[in-house]
Amino acid sequence: MADFDAIVVGAGCAGSVAACVLAREGKSVLLIERGGDAGSKNMTGGRIYTHSLRPVFPDFEDEAPLERKITKERISLVTESENTTVEFASPELGRPENSSYSVLRGPFDRWLASKAEEAGAECIFGITVEDLVWEDGRIAGVRAGEDEITAEVTILADGVNSLLTEKAKLATKPSAHQLAVSVKETIELPEEVIADRFQAAPGEGAAWLFAGAATHGHVGGGFLYTNRESISIGLVATLSDLCTSQVPIYQMMEDFKNHPSVAPVLRGGKLIEYSGHLIPEGGYDMIPTLYADGCLVTGDAGMLCINLGYQVRGMDYAVASGEIAARTVLEALEAGDTSSAKLASYRAKLENSFVLKDLQAYRNFPAFMEGTPRIFNGYPEMAAGIMKSMFIVDGSPVEPIRKKAMAPVKQIGVWTLLKDLRKGVGAL
Amino acid sequence: MINEITVNVDEKLAVDKFNVDEANPHIVLKADPDASEFDKLILCCPAGLYKRDADGQTSFDYAGCLECGTCRILCGDTIIEKWEYPQAGMGVSYRYG
Repeated sequence: MADFDAIVVGAGCAGSVAACVLAREGKSVLLIERGGDAGSKNMTGGRIYTHSLRPVFPDFEDEAPLERKITKERISLVTESENTTVEFASPELGRPENSSYSVLRGPFDRWLASKAEEAGAECIFGITVEDLVWEDGRIAGVRAGEDEITAEVTILADGVNSLLTEKAKLATKPSAHQLAVSVKETIELPEEVIADRFQAAPGEGAAWLFAGAATHGHVGGGFLYTNRESISIGLVATLSDLCTSQVPIYQMMEDFKNHPSVAPVLRGGKLIEYSGHLIPEGGYDMIPTLYADGCLVTGDAGMLCINLGYQVRGMDYAVASGEIAARTVLEALEAGDTSSAKLASYRAKLENSFVLKDLQAYRNFPAFMEGTPRIFNGYPEMAAGIMKSMFIVDGSPVEPIRKKAMAPVKQIGVWTLLKDLRKGVGAL
Repeated sequence: MINEITVNVDEKLAVDKFNVDEANPHIVLKADPDASEFDKLILCCPAGLYKRDADGQTSFDYAGCLECGTCRILCGDTIIEKWEYPQAGMGVSYRYG
């Protein structure tokens, strides 16, 4: 007889949701987190799309430590000193069924873990699971130091840099082109100042993504999210390409903060945290084996993440995969069968849900991003060139705008532009 | 070729909360690490823990580690001898995240 029905490793979005759903159904659950508290090892840009949170926590808007509802989206192509931005603001972005909120993972993850604990899950913090317990070829629990704890099912929710999925022989170490490193600074500013700088209604705010000089032209980009009393600002850069840079990521970060379109937004702010994290960006093709005898893999450990440049998602997939994993475990426990054959329905459920449908739909996008360096070095300059042809007036006789605006396009090449557009649209 | 670095990351790391396991480094580099492998870590480690000084001397300190795993991914099979998560609540503790 195992010590628990289920052990969940990692109290992030996937793990705490899985533990909560299982505990609500009366199962004995142990949630183990290596940080001294939930969230203390986690970091996000970031925002959570709430569509998958609402079914599990219908009252989350009243309870969860959300920062600001995102009702304004900005995308910028930046050169070293210029910025071409598309901004979209709409109350529709804030509708309950599709709302998204900026969050900070410290408070947010503590709340999620508290929901699991309230539901009856046993939570232990500050314990690092070092290995799995094997019994007759099946995963039968976890080992931390000298202690072995057993369970009918072990759910791995230990994040993107999962040592346990490798030890479980479900994954091999991802390659450098499948992962991006992120660096973030949390900058404290008064609530009113943030609202004024982003022309935001009370409780609302903006998400802002940057491509181009933010990463010195390398594959990746900048991000900025407004929190209630702070701004999360940072960079994401694909490791394989960052290795070819002449500038370290933290120097890029400093240069990005000094960009003329960014510096005024941060003015007077105080750095209150500096953080770093990996992001799985390889999409569908980097998803490891998600189930084994006695084991399921969820969230970032399952590499369930998408970065489209204008849309970055991971936490909503983590929440959904945690819930779906829990439902699968409930069925397996009910049937008294936690074999790989029984747990395989987890993968099938994910395939039938938006989680793997989305990842499948965007399967070719990571390769498009990596194979189109002009997005990061070329198109930002082209956009600025077109804008300059429209906005700069110096008294010299005017040229037809079609001629003037085409000059920056011709630098890239009309055919190249059309081909890139076709490939990009094809990958979306 | 890595350009001149003007930012001081250590000052930024100083605002973070760390509980360093002095007795047990969770990341250990091999002796005499290959220079081109080491360069990858200079470029990609968000905490700037992999350094090369003006004389070309390399150094690494695990104390400001943000536990992201970048160095494990890039050099886990080459110049990194050991990569583990810090023990029992040690290492970085994000307050905001």
